[in-house]
Amino acid sequence: MSTDIASSESIGEINKYDFRTESKAFFKARKGVDAEIVNQISEMKNEPEWMRNYRLKALEIFNSKPMPNWGGAIDINFQDIYYYLKPTDKQGKTWDEVPQEIKDTFDKLGIPEAEKKFLSGVKAQFESEVVYGSLKQDLADQGVIFTDTDSAIRDYPDLVREYFGTIIPSTDNKFAALNSAVWSGGSFIYVPKGVKIEFPLQAYFRINAENMGQFERTLIIVDEGASVHYVEGCTAPMYSSESLHSAVVEIVCKRGSRCRYTTIQNWANNIYNLVTKRAVAYADATMEWVDGNLGSKLTMKYPAVYMLEPGARGEILSIAFASKGQHQDAGAKLVHCAPNTTGQIISKSISKCGGRSSYRGLVKVEKGAKKSKCNVVCDALILDSKSRSDTYPYIEILEQDVSVGHEASVSRIGEEQMFYLMSRGLSNAEASTMIVNGFIEPLVKELPMEYAVEMNRLIQLQMEGSVG
Amino acid sequence: MSHILRIENLHVAVDGKAILRGVNLEMKFGETHAMMGPNGSGKSTLGLAIAGHPNYVITEGTITLDGEDITEWEADQRARAGIFMAFQRPVAIPGVKTADFLRHAATNVRRPDRKEGEDLIPMREFRKELKAKMSQLKIDTEFARRYVNDGFSGGEMKRAEILTMAMLSPKFSILDETDSGLDADAVKLASASIAEIGRDKMGLLIITHHDKLLEHNPPQFTHVMLGGRIVETGGAELARELHDHGYDRIRKTYPDAEAANQEMLAKEEAVAV
Repeated sequence: MSTDIASSESIGEINKYDFRTESKAFFKARKGVDAEIVNQISEMKNEPEWMRNYRLKALEIFNSKPMPNWGGAIDINFQDIYYYLKPTDKQGKTWDEVPQEIKDTFDKLGIPEAEKKFLSGVKAQFESEVVYGSLKQDLADQGVIFTDTDSAIRDYPDLVREYFGTIIPSTDNKFAALNSAVWSGGSFIYVPKGVKIEFPLQAYFRINAENMGQFERTLIIVDEGASVHYVEGCTAPMYSSESLHSAVVEIVCKRGSRCRYTTIQNWANNIYNLVTKRAVAYADATMEWVDGNLGSKLTMKYPAVYMLEPGARGEILSIAFASKGQHQDAGAKLVHCAPNTTGQIISKSISKCGGRSSYRGLVKVEKGAKKSKCNVVCDALILDSKSRSDTYPYIEILEQDVSVGHEASVSRIGEEQMFYLMSRGLSNAEASTMIVNGFIEPLVKELPMEYAVEMNRLIQLQMEGSVG
Repeated sequence: MSHILRIENLHVAVDGKAILRGVNLEMKFGETHAMMGPNGSGKSTLGLAIAGHPNYVITEGTITLDGEDITEWEADQRARAGIFMAFQRPVAIPGVKTADFLRHAATNVRRPDRKEGEDLIPMREFRKELKAKMSQLKIDTEFARRYVNDGFSGGEMKRAEILTMAMLSPKFSILDETDSGLDADAVKLASASIAEIGRDKMGLLIITHHDKLLEHNPPQFTHVMLGGRIVETGGAELARELHDHGYDRIRKTYPDAEAANQEMLAKEEAVAV
């Protein structure tokens, strides 16, 4: 289904995400990260010994790794951030059990309403903890697990331990190490064999406090022949100083399964969004990342699919929108490890008002991955001469018998397109918004209706006041 | 209804090159005017200057609509005031559905004071109207879902422009060589469509080389442009004469304008190289 651009008309509210909630923390650790803080987090969570040790080891790895010397400029004082803030003492199973001011926050963000209309289940995370969780009863009856990762460690220890940190080890990169040390919240999903979940499961991540770090940890296991669509949304109010969001998302798609993971990231423009997302796909499984990045000061995120067995498919659709003061260094990674695997990356980026968007992608075909196919298309749209777009495609092919394609295009909004639309009565701003929406339409039409409308609305907000 | 579009002593330059050198033209609502003239004489430039293309700089003279000076207006203001131009080669807007585009355009033109973000014409009402107009113009309804001018054939483009004209019902329409690149049947259909949508319902300025487009739209006035000026104005018989005998008589009668025309063509070629 596609969305109707002309119907996305609710731009009355200027930025409905930029509001602060007066909320008293149930527990707030002091600023900074060290063994004491890590131990404190682990104690607060009453975790098993293996997890505490895992965290402490990750902290060492974090301390020993240098900052990445590529991507965007990261200027974070790690000792000036709150790593753990517990907003409430318990998680609600109904919205009435959630503290009023936090419930109001999610009301304003439209979560309970969306839950009623079209979701199979919801997790709402406020600062460090999931404060609300629900799952449709019929899915629970079929053995579907949708819970926060902290509860999963307690309730499904064997299942979690089997996969946790196996797709993204803490040694993977500095920020994965940091997450492994201080992680809190995030979703744990298990879809049993053959169970196909019709409506999306949604998680919503809200950072409210200043200088906050949010480090959710998500693990999704889709068993053989099962399917799930998971959607996450992220927002925060605007403060004068930076906050950090650094998640780790691991996904296992077993034989013949299907997983789609959709992100609509609309962080405030002072948030460093440094996220590691990776999936493994076994025989004939399909993993799709749909990744929309609109907010943040700097995003560095390259969702990956490792196709481990024949017939696996990996698809990554990425939209990045960089406006004033923003750098979206976004992209994708596809690794073909087995014969007859198929990969596709479609990336669309938009830069305006001095924003910078980069596509950074890796396509790797391992020796023996015969008859694999991979296609990469990157289109960039630049709205003015102050803005910038770059493409960094890395291609490593160790097998002869493969087909790999790469196309890239960069365009500027044409004067003729603007004149054409304006000569039909559209204002300058409406015309450029329409051109941008048209540019991303091939991706937006992949989203469920509700998210497509939201996406167009966000683009419209981003476009406001951009011209003239 | 009585509306007047008045062009007085219009001088227009593109990239610093003078093209129009003092055009005077008055059109009333309901009239049909034909604008003829050889290549490079400035016919399309006149249309684009009236429509408000930012690259067509008005260096002297005025355009007034019902007494209001619109010379400095942006293209969207002019469209909302009732000026329309059907382009010779309309650009594609990939990803934007024709129906969505038309709904937005029609809303703005019908409610010129609408603030951005306010409601569009209700979907159901709009669809009904669009469907009716499409069937009137013998356009397949599938058209509405296609992206604006994207991958359209020459004929489809022209029909889409006429459909847009039908949806916007302007006070004055400029049709820029709506017959170019069409086969005889398509020209006939375009001519009939223009008559059906536009005749007596707006002022029409039909820019053309031939008289085929005028078959269903006999002009009350035929203007001949040469070297950036209107050198002669007559009735329908002038259009027939020019179609049958070409511009030799005009070129000989107005040697100054002919010299200017040759000069402009030469510059155009120099730029093209």
